[in-house]
Amino acid sequence: MKLTGAEIMMECLVKEGVDTIFGYPGGAIMPVHDAMLKYPVHHILTRHEQGASHAADGYARASGKVGVAIATSGPGATNLVTGIATAMMDSVPIVCITGQVPVHLIGGDAFQEVDVTGVTLPITKHNYLVTSVEEIPEVVREAFHIARSGRPGPVLIDFCKNAQLGEMEFEYPEGEVSLLGYHPPERAPKADLEEAVKLIEAAERPVILAGHGVQMSGAMEELRMFATKTNTPVAMTLLGLGSLPASDPLSLGMMGMHGEAYANEAIQNSDLLLAFGMRFDDRVTGLLSTYAPKAKKIHVEIDATEVHKNVAVDLPLMGDLKNVLTDIIPMLDEYDHPQWMSEIAEWKAETKERSIMSWRDDGKLYTAHAIRALWNATEGDSLVVTGVGQHQMWAAQYYEFEKPYRLLTSGGAGTMGYGVPAALGAWFAKKEEDVWLIDGDGSFQMTQSELATLVQEGANVKIALMNNSFLGMVRQWQEFFFDKRYAATPITGPDFVKLAEAFGVPAKRVEKPEDAMDAIKFAQETPGPVLIEFRVEMEEAVYPMVPAGAPLNEMLRRPIQEE
Amino acid sequence: MDHTIVALVEDKPGVLNRVASLFRRRNFNIKSLNVGNSETPDVSRMTIVVDDSVDASKVEANLYKLVNVVDVQDVTDQPAVIRELALIKVAATPGQRAEVASLASIFRGSIVDVASDSVVVQITGTEDKIASLLELLNPLGVLEMVRTGNIAMMRGAMSGKRYYQEKQTVNSGQ
Ligand SMILES: Cc1ncc(C[n+]2csc(CCOP(=O)(O)OP(=O)(O)O)c2C)c(N)n1
Repeated sequence: MKLTGAEIMMECLVKEGVDTIFGYPGGAIMPVHDAMLKYPVHHILTRHEQGASHAADGYARASGKVGVAIATSGPGATNLVTGIATAMMDSVPIVCITGQVPVHLIGGDAFQEVDVTGVTLPITKHNYLVTSVEEIPEVVREAFHIARSGRPGPVLIDFCKNAQLGEMEFEYPEGEVSLLGYHPPERAPKADLEEAVKLIEAAERPVILAGHGVQMSGAMEELRMFATKTNTPVAMTLLGLGSLPASDPLSLGMMGMHGEAYANEAIQNSDLLLAFGMRFDDRVTGLLSTYAPKAKKIHVEIDATEVHKNVAVDLPLMGDLKNVLTDIIPMLDEYDHPQWMSEIAEWKAETKERSIMSWRDDGKLYTAHAIRALWNATEGDSLVVTGVGQHQMWAAQYYEFEKPYRLLTSGGAGTMGYGVPAALGAWFAKKEEDVWLIDGDGSFQMTQSELATLVQEGANVKIALMNNSFLGMVRQWQEFFFDKRYAATPITGPDFVKLAEAFGVPAKRVEKPEDAMDAIKFAQETPGPVLIEFRVEMEEAVYPMVPAGAPLNEMLRRPIQEE
Repeated sequence: MDHTIVALVEDKPGVLNRVASLFRRRNFNIKSLNVGNSETPDVSRMTIVVDDSVDASKVEANLYKLVNVVDVQDVTDQPAVIRELALIKVAATPGQRAEVASLASIFRGSIVDVASDSVVVQITGTEDKIASLLELLNPLGVLEMVRTGNIAMMRGAMSGKRYYQEKQTVNSGQ
């Protein structure tokens, strides 16, 4: 039977396992939305295409599947861009489909024509311009294969209208996708593993750096086995949180700019860093020339361009992390580093004293305390989505993650506005689980229109809005490094409770610490989306902090609480 | 020292753009870039020269990461033939033609076009050789010049296509 290009697109998407698509219609993509009605696919109408690409990203991170976003040509496609860049920076597999003017109009500045493959070239893992119906099946298969394999990432298909309307006999190409120039490494060579074993054997002060790659590779169990067998503490990147349970005795928590002081101290004093699926981002290394000066470095990576990019390493192990760890664990003996572990324990004890969690109640509402209340109420088992800023760092610090795939946050790009739409996407991936969005008043206002989508879809997303009436993280930098000149950071908002209610979202405001728990309970007991606005301290700072350009262990520490 | 990198790429629309965009994004400075057909239909061959401000191994890894790039090889320290073609238009009266011709012939160049007041010299060779000829022609007055940029090929039968062959054997072994 002959099918149209739009129908063939839908056939191929269904074959890829797609049943959820986030998108927005328009002239150049109408045939696809029309064809979608005949397929077992749920289309979620976001209120802005940026919402669609973030929702696809949230869906992908929470489900481990490829997220799909769809938009029309021109402005529809350019509105996706921030979400695509966010997914690119954090290696999230999404496929974006954009309408494009018919091929004979391309280059003529037709209505709503934008060179979308050109615009997205540097922010996609790969992209395609489909100009004829015949290309569709191969392109869709390749797009999904590329998005989900190797180091995952976003792929865009720009879909000319003539190809959507064209017809052909459809036959799904069976067999594996084979691309001449695309062969992600799978297993590290034996000789390299032997080399690694020698370095591990010789190490007295080893530290594992667990990145996003651990969860993308599904190597949590292998990580635990490796760490336990070699008695090696594990520091995690922001996106690595949950790779090892926070309560594991070997967990050092988060590393980096707002990481645990003892994790950074351990890294700086280490004699062997084992980097597992992480990329030595400047937010985790501090000043490069002073980074872990005594440490040999082993880098397990699937992407060759990451090796030696920021930090020259002694031994790269190229391959999929899960495979590499599976191969190397049997080659290792059991090791013990009692002295190293006791040194770390000392640093850890000192941190505990300073922690805001040890503060006595002074009647003020701190974001950290609200997050801890949330942790208690959800028994530490919710999916947590965040915006970007101080609240994001506090969420990472105080919502202690016991399980993988629980923290959805824009790490590499730091995209404010990620929160509401990503939470929407996460809920579609994990409807049976709690989904809490911890957002800032600035971040929230960037994409708050997606509240309407939450309501239209009945999405059971709970929102904890940390309102400090500031673009807090920037304000913090101004406090520390710009003599408290608060340029462009005081921010007003609507009455968030009324705003939410206007959208049909039940809401409450919390102004005192003792009211936090009741409000959270209210949210948990009320079905559907609920918003809780926490009026938090306006000028709190996130500690510890490594100032940009400072060595990793030269941290600004939280002042001791005043009497 | 300059690095000469050979890349085999799928002959598809936009591939040159992907390569150029990569160099811009990663801040790799291109000295010369040459693209043309290879022995395989649908596969084009690029020769890219970068100067020593660039880490050639990073260029290699980043190029290979592009889905449309089939194979990359840094031939700088390999036994390779590296050549460039130049056309040089020199001001020459009829009386000076013989002089230009003899200079060109020292470098196995030749005159490929003659006009009343100028000649076009064609020369192939290494960068150094072309530079030497240019030095000798300069006093006569070089009116115009065009150079192709280097093209490179490994010596011997089994050269080139390193990744491609490795991957083929890896895959067939699975
Ligand atoms: C789209 C975007 N614009 C600007 C920034 C720069 N920025 C980083 S954090 C921040 C403030 C965030 O404020 P808010 O969402 O209220 O969170 P808070 O820091 O107060 O918790 C800004 C403006 C950004 N990360 N993303």
